[in-house]
Amino acid sequence: MRLAEALVFASRNVSELSAAGVALLFALSAGATALARHFLITRSIYTACALACSALAALGMCALIAPPVPPVTVSLPIGLPFAHTLLGVDALSAVFLIIVNLTSAIVSAGAIGYGVHAREPQRVVPFYPAFIGAMNLVVIAQDAFSFLLGWELMSLTSWALVVSDDRSADNRRAGIVYLIMATGGALALLLAFGVLAGAHGGYSFAQMRAATALAPAAIVLILTLIGAGSKAGLVPLHAWLPLAHPAAPSHVSALMSGVMTKVAVYGFVRIVFDLAGPPRLWWSTPVLIAAGITALLGVLQALMEHDLKRLLAYHTVENIGIVFIGLGLALAFRAAAMPIAAALAFIAAIFHVFNHSLFKSLLFLGSGAILNASGERDMEHLGGLIHRMPVTAVAFLVGCIAISALPPFNGFVSEWLTFQAILLSPQLPEWFLRLLVPAVGATLACSAALAAACFVKAFGVTFLGRPRTPAALAARETDRFSQVAMLLFATLCLLAGVVPGFIMDALARTSQLLLGARLAPQATQPWLRIAPIEPTRGVYNGLLVFVMIALAAVATALIARRIAAHASRRVPAWDCGFPDPSPVAQYSATSFAQPIRRVFGTALFRVRERVSMPSPGDTTAAALEVELHDTVWETFYAPVIRAVGTLADRLTRLQFLTIRKYLMLVFATLILLLAVIGLSRS
Amino acid sequence: MRPWLTQLLQLALVLVLAPWLTGLTRTFKSRLMRRVGPPPLQPYRDLVKLLRKETVVADNASWLFRAAPYLIFAVTWVAAALVPTFCTGLTFSAAADLIVIVALLGTARFFLALAGLDVGTSFGGIGASREMMFASLAEPAMLMVVFTVSLFAGSTQLSYVSAYMLSTHAGLSISLALALVALIIVSLAENARIPVDNPATHLELTMVHEAMVLEYSGRHLALIEAAASLKLLLYLSLIACVFTPWGTAEVDAGAWAYGLGLAAYLLKLIAGASLLAVSETATAKMRVFRVPEFLGVALMLGLLGAILLFVSRLS
Amino acid sequence: MSPFDTDIAHLLAGSMLLVSFLLLYQDRMFALLNVFALQACGLALSVAWQAYLQQAPQLFITAVIALGFKGIIIPVALHRIIVRLGIHRSIETVIGMGPTMLFGMALVGLSIMVMLPVTQAAGTFVREDLAFALSIVLLGLLMMVTRRNAVSQVIGFMSLENGLVLAATGARGMPLVVEISVAFSVLIAFIVIGIFLFRIRERFDTVDLHALELSGGEST
Repeated sequence: MRLAEALVFASRNVSELSAAGVALLFALSAGATALARHFLITRSIYTACALACSALAALGMCALIAPPVPPVTVSLPIGLPFAHTLLGVDALSAVFLIIVNLTSAIVSAGAIGYGVHAREPQRVVPFYPAFIGAMNLVVIAQDAFSFLLGWELMSLTSWALVVSDDRSADNRRAGIVYLIMATGGALALLLAFGVLAGAHGGYSFAQMRAATALAPAAIVLILTLIGAGSKAGLVPLHAWLPLAHPAAPSHVSALMSGVMTKVAVYGFVRIVFDLAGPPRLWWSTPVLIAAGITALLGVLQALMEHDLKRLLAYHTVENIGIVFIGLGLALAFRAAAMPIAAALAFIAAIFHVFNHSLFKSLLFLGSGAILNASGERDMEHLGGLIHRMPVTAVAFLVGCIAISALPPFNGFVSEWLTFQAILLSPQLPEWFLRLLVPAVGATLACSAALAAACFVKAFGVTFLGRPRTPAALAARETDRFSQVAMLLFATLCLLAGVVPGFIMDALARTSQLLLGARLAPQATQPWLRIAPIEPTRGVYNGLLVFVMIALAAVATALIARRIAAHASRRVPAWDCGFPDPSPVAQYSATSFAQPIRRVFGTALFRVRERVSMPSPGDTTAAALEVELHDTVWETFYAPVIRAVGTLADRLTRLQFLTIRKYLMLVFATLILLLAVIGLSRS
Repeated sequence: MRPWLTQLLQLALVLVLAPWLTGLTRTFKSRLMRRVGPPPLQPYRDLVKLLRKETVVADNASWLFRAAPYLIFAVTWVAAALVPTFCTGLTFSAAADLIVIVALLGTARFFLALAGLDVGTSFGGIGASREMMFASLAEPAMLMVVFTVSLFAGSTQLSYVSAYMLSTHAGLSISLALALVALIIVSLAENARIPVDNPATHLELTMVHEAMVLEYSGRHLALIEAAASLKLLLYLSLIACVFTPWGTAEVDAGAWAYGLGLAAYLLKLIAGASLLAVSETATAKMRVFRVPEFLGVALMLGLLGAILLFVSRLS
Repeated sequence: MSPFDTDIAHLLAGSMLLVSFLLLYQDRMFALLNVFALQACGLALSVAWQAYLQQAPQLFITAVIALGFKGIIIPVALHRIIVRLGIHRSIETVIGMGPTMLFGMALVGLSIMVMLPVTQAAGTFVREDLAFALSIVLLGLLMMVTRRNAVSQVIGFMSLENGLVLAATGARGMPLVVEISVAFSVLIAFIVIGIFLFRIRERFDTVDLHALELSGGEST
């Protein structure tokens, strides 16, 4: 009875309560700024964050299960003088509220132990609650002003966290690139909202929805792709992401990759699906092309990488590509008046958002554990950690399987749903899309297979084999808090993979809100299977697959125990009779990726490999040099940087003019402006 | 017969038939080379011999190395049991479709590659690395085949695909021909057959599958060999089920139909094994870096088939 | 016409497209010739099937011409030339195999996009046949562009011509005279190119066009 009352209360006041939660997080930040020196304070701040996030996630669930009717929006008398701040939780906000806060809560719980390892917690702790609070603010904002305020706060606080360790030049560079890209992205979003609001300037989302018919939607789409896409990491706007995400402390990396990119996806969905009005058919084309390239390029760059955290960051780029493939398909189906198919593609995308927030946070926490234990991020210096960090190894393995889209874990379910959506697309009414969609399907398939290769590399080189350095040999298991957090994530990955029907049902209200259609209820299907369209088209039963594999494995083990010889012996490795005792002779990350580098990288990254062999008798070591070019950086960014540099050089001359010349400049400007006025009047 | 009983029968059947199929291929190959060769039942004896032997594990092998054979075998077995062999409409086929079968094989490969890396030897590494490179092209090619077939039949469920192929709507289609060629190429690569890999060699730098399992012995090796046989059986059954579905019994069709289905299935397996033997005898193994081009062709053909279907659906 | 008949015509045209891809994929001279002969056989079959479908006996002659000239005589002759020039191991592609194939896929997509909407009035089967034929033509051109060796360029040209014949027969009978002239023009082109090959070879000791460009027309 109490519980039901609480639920009703929470759902009726969900907007106020979540606003209070956000305020609490900001207050925590302020408190931390004052008191951050002490490490007990650090721990209590993280604990408080975990609690606040759990409460917010619970609120999101309330709002999703028992939505307030009619939807409530609170109007706070703060912000711009002529407009109140509007906050509210609709079905879309609720879903993202859960995604943001579930992950943040577990990561914060894991971070409690981080205080022990951190050298200077006062550089991280003050910004951490504000970062989470800002992301929440973006999600619950119901007007453009508070949305952008939250967005900018999110960028700034995360920037502060990225440069929290500013001793390394790499981190400083990451900070600068991030700051510039974030500014550009926010500017694009600002313009997008400006276009949406139109000349009359209604900045609340409700007013924008009403005024969509007037706005030039193409401009909105492009600006949103730039603004939200740059934060999410769409190619070619992803350049900052693999620099900035790894630079932050690992639990912040987990939040940036696992959650902040999801907030960017939220921004895209909110603007394009909700505010911009009914889509045209061609909208999906740029989204699908960008998404396909993002998925493929992200995973290929991850394969070339041997820094564990950068590898994970590139995989975020890949997964964002997969999410946007789903979103692009949803746009196409919606424009073609195929609501059920649109709902399927949309749910696939949002499901993948949820999944990715789980396993990417898990993997980043794992990489943080490794970093703490060995001081190494470079996989070439690790190895054999499965013996020294058994719990981390198990959790990390689960994350690797899940992100490689292998059954029975959750990553597979969302990719399966995306494939099912692709299989519905022959009914699309446009030629180009019909050629594009199978090609995008092929890139999706390629990126899934390459992701598996990449995570065999990541897990195999880091955790398996023999330790390559004394640091790896001396590694110890991480603290209890991180272990619990990682195991929690791993359990959630398995659960979401085994009973996906419940999550799909939870997303149904969101698709109903945005697309006006929902899939058939999945949780009531026999045997907890999912059949998104109809059982004759395609069925997946994660639970049954999991149980079957488990039963078959156990049965095999039991039978093998019964009929096979029991004798077993530990011996030195055989290796065809030529074992090399030096751990350096193992396959490394670079050598593991060599075949793929050669097959895919020659054209894409202009890979050159040079082997310098010493002549016989010479005792110097042989060397293999790999030369890689970041094609995107060199094509899109380097020319801009060069142009800015040249322009700055030219403009420097302005600082060394005579008084007369300065006066001449002022005079010329004046004349020019007068001329403009005169011409525009006539 | 009850559907679940049929499913159990199928589980047992694939397990029993798999080594025989491997042996049959070897026998055919030997005969083509005018050797006597081992009898088709030799793989059973090999398995029994391996099971009776002591299991030797490397010093620094982890639990993953010891658990992997069981997992690989279980996953492959489950996947093989999902493909209709003599009878469609199996109980489990309502649990998993063609995409799941492909992904299950991916799971098995994932663990096999990890097991190859576990001991930290150079042979294990080379095998794992090359296997994943092949897979990065073979798996998308396979998925493109799946796309083509399921677009054609309007379902990713194998039972429905098979039924559709038997119906009069099917007819000939260039997309299906392209998909068949692609599927054959993928099957050769996935089962480590010539021209991609040579199942008969050891101690050769170009080997892939054998290099990964080099450190295994005893019951572990037996399980991995059995899983490899199951995989070959799976791919042949898949080709048979989709492209030559004749004779396959409906579920609940009675003993006579089951017997007929079984006979048809055995005939298809024998035909498949002999074709495989002929192709392995007639072709030479490729250089490793020629294989990506070979698999790239499969990917292109699969994609072409899918695109043609996408296009011809209109009009 | 029953659906089965059109299916077979479609299958034959599609397999010619498949063989066009195989042509792009070959990296040995003799294999290239064999695959080309295979394509000619496909063309002959396809034309013969059209002759049967359209009740047009003159098309059988076209089929025989295709089989005789392109399936047998030209491959055998080229085989000899290759043996005499000693270039059977060298096919130098300008760009790698993978990008070529990808580009070929894009070309097929393009020709489908161009052909299908344009010929909306025609039946599905004719339209897709035309799309295939255009793809074969484009792939032939692609092969001529991406190969350095003159012999493989000749083969690319002739595979292009196969595509033209396929299009012509698909479109309800082209007069036989034209076809014979087309076939003869190919033969003449082949002879001319053959002669040129020898002349080039005599002067520059190679048939690699890249070497010709480097010499810039100066005789050495």
